[in-house]
Amino acid sequence: MVHRQLCDYKTGIQIEAEEWWDMYKIVKKKSLNPTVSFMEIDAPFIAKKAEPGQFIILRVDENGERIPLTIADFDREKGTVTIIYQIVGATTKKLDSLNEGDSLQDFVGPLGVPSHTEGLKRVAVIGGGVGCAIAYPIAKKLHQSNAVVHSVVGFRTKDLVILEDEFAAVSDELIIKTDDGTYGTKGLVTDALKQLIERGEQYDEVIAIGPLVMMKFVARLTKEYGIKTTVSMNPIMIDGTGMCGGCRLTVGGETKFACVDGPDFDGHLVDFDEAMERSSMYRDFEKHHYEAACHLFDKA
Amino acid sequence: MPNMSLHKNPMPVQEPDVRNRNFNEVALGYTEEQAVDEAERCLNCKHKPCVSGCPVAIDIPAFIQKVKEKDFEAAYEVLNRSTSLPAVCGRVCPQETQCECKCVRGIKGEPVAIGRLERFVADYHMAHNTKDAQIPKPNGHKVAVIGAGPSGLTCAGDLAKLGYAVTVFEALHLAGGVLVYGIPQFRLPKEIVRKEIENLKAIGVKIETNMVIGKVLSIDELFENGYEAVFIGSGAGLPRFMKIPGENLKGVYSANEFLTRVNLMKAYQQGSNTPIQNARKVAVVGGGNVAMDAARCAKRLGAETVYIVYRRSEAEMPARLEEVEHAKEEGIIFKVLTNPTEITGDEHKFVNGMRCVKMELGEPDASGRRSPVEKKGSDFTLDVDCVIMSIGTSPNPLIRNTTKGLDTNRHGCIITEEETGLTSREGVYAGGDAVTGAATVILAMGAGKKAAQSIDEYIKNK
Repeated sequence: MVHRQLCDYKTGIQIEAEEWWDMYKIVKKKSLNPTVSFMEIDAPFIAKKAEPGQFIILRVDENGERIPLTIADFDREKGTVTIIYQIVGATTKKLDSLNEGDSLQDFVGPLGVPSHTEGLKRVAVIGGGVGCAIAYPIAKKLHQSNAVVHSVVGFRTKDLVILEDEFAAVSDELIIKTDDGTYGTKGLVTDALKQLIERGEQYDEVIAIGPLVMMKFVARLTKEYGIKTTVSMNPIMIDGTGMCGGCRLTVGGETKFACVDGPDFDGHLVDFDEAMERSSMYRDFEKHHYEAACHLFDKA
Repeated sequence: MPNMSLHKNPMPVQEPDVRNRNFNEVALGYTEEQAVDEAERCLNCKHKPCVSGCPVAIDIPAFIQKVKEKDFEAAYEVLNRSTSLPAVCGRVCPQETQCECKCVRGIKGEPVAIGRLERFVADYHMAHNTKDAQIPKPNGHKVAVIGAGPSGLTCAGDLAKLGYAVTVFEALHLAGGVLVYGIPQFRLPKEIVRKEIENLKAIGVKIETNMVIGKVLSIDELFENGYEAVFIGSGAGLPRFMKIPGENLKGVYSANEFLTRVNLMKAYQQGSNTPIQNARKVAVVGGGNVAMDAARCAKRLGAETVYIVYRRSEAEMPARLEEVEHAKEEGIIFKVLTNPTEITGDEHKFVNGMRCVKMELGEPDASGRRSPVEKKGSDFTLDVDCVIMSIGTSPNPLIRNTTKGLDTNRHGCIITEEETGLTSREGVYAGGDAVTGAATVILAMGAGKKAAQSIDEYIKNK
């Protein structure tokens, strides 16, 4: 329990009770597929300001590292922020060991620049894997502003498909691809996007969010057609406020800090190969910690 | 009869080749006997020149007098009137250019060890005090402080002592600013910082961590929340890079990133989930205190060879002499008059070397500084697998970009009135590195102190 004595800045109502906010409590948790989970976190200040495309940094516990996760949704009334994460390493595994009613150690945001969606009338939103969790709120916002939204979402296999109904609700057309063809149509998101473009669809912009390699190939494809493409970058971060440069990328030949200048960038200007190399910096350390964490949790 | 020794009582320290393998504090502190003996060296001058050298104007002879009398709690009371963080200042202030350089005993021989005595008194208080802090009588006014670094904490402490309800908003998960993420454990144990901050909380200062002002709340919204004045002490945390080829290779860090991983995230400890590169040969580029800290941390993390690469000569190094000496004792190799031109990498894009040129000092420029000039054909490669850029920082643009009417200069520093710390916005004050660009802890504290006085006057006269 933490003392929060600010008044609600929108309504101006002073909150009398000192312990009105149970810090970063997990109010809802569900599993979306075997490796991807959804959590709704009590964080009223962040919920009030969050916009699609922004992210939070969290720490699970006292010894925890700081990890960035994009805000998947928010509820300004309830004061909650939704995160959707894939269990890929020690920290996400530890995060997933928490349940409704538990609290996170730290949860800070909203960070980064919100996605620009103003003025877009026809957009293709491309999501890959857990990146769909970030693509969804953008598709939703575009849909709410009456843009035509074509969503292409890709997964490795049927069991990993997430947010299908949600995407369907905000898309004028939804194409689901799986690598192995167990659901939707077989193939990559780039195949589907190419078909849409060749069919004569005119897009103001393509927004691609997913693994670096996917975004790289989407950007390569759209460059051929001269379609503006925005990608959401996900480099290694520590503070997320611009004080360390751990998240730096080369964009159009210049060094940018993804946490303050991004995470959205022009996909035709990003040096993806460098970004992919930089993400692998701590691969050995992470592997070691993941194995240690698995060992720990499996025993427990 | 005063102690007329020309020398300070030496500070007990860990041996160099022991301490360069651990993160424990290097300087061990005075014993009671050593402190009293050192205090006896103070002549209790009537005109107190030392006080004029202290940015927060501690009544130095008065506290030293109490040390002589072995009334250490009374000595602490004297310190506490002027500074909120004595255990920190006693450790990290560059006393040789401040209080101690004005000391009369320094004219012939060494000055009185004021910093070491301040540290002793503060540590004594932490170890022995059992009394609860007295909470000042509330005056009914609210002030917001942005940033829990040295300037913000000082400003908050001084205002709280005057009865203000102060809330400090900190972006990171721990309060302390550079005291927790920058200055390493072996110079300033984090336990000391934590206790100093507990002291502030005990007198009513509220600290809200994980609050990035400019993102989660704007300065205007702070005013809407009933804060009558705002102090910006957000520091200068934006790292600079050299813009040379290879700077984005794996193994190139800003000093901020390297030190944050090590100090704040405790990457040096078993059990921390934050990784750090297991570097063998490290080059730290720069010659300031931050460069010394990064080099000494790298050594303690197990690097075999650690270089300081600096483009001017040792005489121009901005780092404190004591830090340079400590670094050398610990085996750090100094490559002065050397400038990097390119960082090279292997097939996996990990750093495998740094191309450098030798420099020589040219004619003094308008500012009187001799600028380094490249020596033609002197380039060579340094065999390293990690490069830490420590060439300075600038203020973070977040606050200035989200606050209307807040004037900044071309370096992004907030413009303030010299005497009061007032910015171009009514009720908004600023101080520390956010105003000056990267400077020292004690200057930031001085600025925080000054702004607290101005804020008090502003609110009382409203």
